Amino acid sequence: MKSLSILETEELTYTYSAGTPFEKTAVDHVNLKIENNCMVGIIGHTGSGKSTLMQHFNGLLRPTSGKVLLHGEDIWADKKKLRDVRFRVGLVFQYPEYQLFEETVYRDIAFGPKNMGLNDAEIKERVQETAELIGLDKKLLERSPFALSGGQKRRAAIAGVMAMRPEILILDEPCAGLDPKGRNYLLRQICDYQKKTQSTVMLVSHSMEDVAEYTEKLLVMNQAKLFCYDDTPAVFRRTEELSGMGLRIPQIAGVMHTLRQRGYDLPEDIYTVAQARDALLGLLRKGGAASC
Amino acid sequence: MSAIVEAKHLVFHYQETAEDGTLQKQETPVLKDISLSVEKGSFVAVLGHNGSGKSTFAKHINAILLPDEGKLYVDGMDTADEENLFAIRQKAGMVFQNPDNQIVATIVEEDVAFAPENLGVAPDEIRRRVDDALHAVKMYAYRKHAPTQLSGGQKQRVAIAGVIAMQPDCIILDEPTAMLDPQGRQEVMETIRRLNREQGITIILITHYMEEAAQADRIVVMDGGKVLLDDVPKRVFSQVETLKSVGLDVPQVTELAHLLRQEGIPIAEDIIHTDECIAALAALLDTAQPESR
Repeated sequence: MKSLSILETEELTYTYSAGTPFEKTAVDHVNLKIENNCMVGIIGHTGSGKSTLMQHFNGLLRPTSGKVLLHGEDIWADKKKLRDVRFRVGLVFQYPEYQLFEETVYRDIAFGPKNMGLNDAEIKERVQETAELIGLDKKLLERSPFALSGGQKRRAAIAGVMAMRPEILILDEPCAGLDPKGRNYLLRQICDYQKKTQSTVMLVSHSMEDVAEYTEKLLVMNQAKLFCYDDTPAVFRRTEELSGMGLRIPQIAGVMHTLRQRGYDLPEDIYTVAQARDALLGLLRKGGAASC
Repeated sequence: MSAIVEAKHLVFHYQETAEDGTLQKQETPVLKDISLSVEKGSFVAVLGHNGSGKSTFAKHINAILLPDEGKLYVDGMDTADEENLFAIRQKAGMVFQNPDNQIVATIVEEDVAFAPENLGVAPDEIRRRVDDALHAVKMYAYRKHAPTQLSGGQKQRVAIAGVIAMQPDCIILDEPTAMLDPQGRQEVMETIRRLNREQGITIILITHYMEEAAQADRIVVMDGGKVLLDDVPKRVFSQVETLKSVGLDVPQVTELAHLLRQEGIPIAEDIIHTDECIAALAALLDTAQPESR
């Protein structure tokens, strides 16, 4: 089903400092097909190559060998089109609030759409729509971005990339440094954005709990190679292999996994607290009724 | 046991620039009457949402900030007395969130030697302290490396070694694992626990990770510049609703037990560790369905 994949890589390889003693292959022959309209998590230990891979998706890095295809078209085939690729694939770096620079939140969010050549009315619509999607109060739009709280700054910075309505939005650790409430709130907003825009959102995260809760697919990098790209439940089934890579499965998935290993009749694919509750209630209540 | 850190009615305001350009204190204090005492050798975790005042409190412990009202004593020394400044900073070392911001030298062992050099420690003694500190954080093998070649977790352990080389009684860590991957996080947590158990160093750990806090002897929860809860982890985490109401969370296993209890399942409410949860669930399942195994 070729039409369903939006982004592909073919034997994508990237080597840092090639020809020097520091030569290091950070991405090693990666083949991928990412679907349209999908919430994807990217996981892997530090140095596994996930950031390097990500920077290829919008042409910030040029492959040493191999290809990156957007809608089947090699993004490096025509260099003039590269600017266009960066509008279509939006990248939000870690701690994006450090990149806020405008006088008002409105102008900061409008920066991307303006560069795309939209007219004022379109820009206004984009800014307001995006602010609402990400949960930024309209009153804040005329404030200086530097007068916002940490969580608001983060959302304003993310809104700036969302406002370009990229076909693919990639966020590198969007929740780093936020408290649990802020983390859950932001992730829910990102999910809402994904559903409303029907675009593909890729979330780089160190929190297995978060990717378990919010993603449909998981891309796992290990030592510069693609370990797997599969449905989230299918990835979490590979508990031992993930642990071997220094990726701990969510605490609750570990508990369920151990209980299953001890012979309790619990379904596979439990990796959120709500799923665990439902499965356990089913078993405990059924048992309770039978013993009455 | 005696107190290494003692806060008495601590009040603190940040400054802001007034319309006429002069600096003035903000109206709302960030810390509102904090009284707290940390015993020598203990391991205390401090939780609180962004802006709850926990980092501000931490910065009072080694006199980066001074109280507007009230007092803070480190091993009996008043932080407001400038003469105590050096002694206090030697007793209470601080590790920050971003390891890149606190490494100064280009070679690991030179970075660790930075503080004792500044303290005027004799060269032989510096050598010994640096080696000991690097062994303590299990980074001795990397002593000749450049910090830039290290992973986040390794860098953070070097930063901790830099503090240990001052031979402090107390280490305050302000979200030391926030920027690390799970493996780096585990390395840092193991290091912290070992220093606490084996060397008796008092640990004050500020974190957003509930599972890290669950490993402490005691948890202080801050909200709106005040101490909201202060108790052993089991009792703090059993207050699921209170914690959620102030933007915090509980470990997943605690949450599961809480949800099951709401459905009338008789499971203990003070489950905070994986093993306890497995044991409790196994017991329940055995009673409900002896044949299912």
